[in-house]
Amino acid sequence: MLSALTLILSCQLAGELLTRFLGLPVPGPVAGMVILFVLLALKGSVPSNVGAVADALLRNLALLFVPAGVGVMAHLGLIGQDLLPISVALIGSTLATIAVTALVMKRLARATSGENGDAPHG
Amino acid sequence: MADVTEVWVYLSASPLLFLTLTLAAFQAGTWLYDRTGRKPFLNPVLTAVILMVGLLLLSGTSYDTYFEGAQFVHFLLGPATVALAIPLYRQFDRVKRSALALVVSLLCGSLTAIGSAVALGWLMGASNQTLLALAPKSVTAPVAMGITEQLGGLPSLTAVLVILTGILGAVLGPPLLNLLRVRDDRARGLAMGTASHGIGTARALEASELAGAFSGLAMGLNALATAILLPILWRLFF
Repeated sequence: MLSALTLILSCQLAGELLTRFLGLPVPGPVAGMVILFVLLALKGSVPSNVGAVADALLRNLALLFVPAGVGVMAHLGLIGQDLLPISVALIGSTLATIAVTALVMKRLARATSGENGDAPHG
Repeated sequence: MADVTEVWVYLSASPLLFLTLTLAAFQAGTWLYDRTGRKPFLNPVLTAVILMVGLLLLSGTSYDTYFEGAQFVHFLLGPATVALAIPLYRQFDRVKRSALALVVSLLCGSLTAIGSAVALGWLMGASNQTLLALAPKSVTAPVAMGITEQLGGLPSLTAVLVILTGILGAVLGPPLLNLLRVRDDRARGLAMGTASHGIGTARALEASELAGAFSGLAMGLNALATAILLPILWRLFF
């Protein structure tokens, strides 16, 4: 448990250092994700304690966005006079992005993998 | 017996109160979501945020005071992002098999996110500052803020738009995907992560590990793609 948490934090730290030193355009934790992935690939399996800690963190991933979300509301005044253009752009663009990405992927994934991904889901 | 005001002064100065309230608000949001048959617009993050903002406004508490407590939850975002390597590793065979489709779809999604946000904002008469903050709105906050700043925009406004986009995607994404009859969890996850970064990924993980793996990967790749493409596109058009 403690060793798994240490491993995850070490990957994050390594990711932060790597992105700072190389000036990479991704956040430290995303680089940390890649580092942990490479370590898992080298080892060839997920140690059960690492899996358990990761699953516990990810089960509650939505909760972790609450403090940032509250910050948004505190700074809602920044939207100011552009409220209508911002609302239209955010809603329209979010819907368009989800639709385009999903439809292109649906078409291409079926063609390239030959796998029927239309499995039932929750 | 201590005065109520005294107790409040004591409690509001310690991180314990707002840490506890953040967890309680999210629990309340989750309870409501489960109780109402998981209606998309009753997303637990949205409910928790509204509850907390209401409480802060009613009690006259500043965001800085709130964050003293909430920072412990906020900090875990970093390790949780690193932990996305686990679903990605477990599902990597499926990722590899659709690698080409994934990259092409991601690029289409990334360009749609930038192009449609800027085009709609421009058509509606948004200022240039607003357009600069809208352009990277689908990308995870630290990267989006960096891009806006690099092009001379306001990082604080960008952070607000990024979080709002995340919540919108988590709320509107699944019903839209059902409407479009996209049942493939790879496509669903990829779309959620591309359009609404970590908040979309949290929602995708609720559906399945496969969707979560594609979503987490899409979040990382879209950060990279937007950081490279957006400055080039911006200089071409503005």
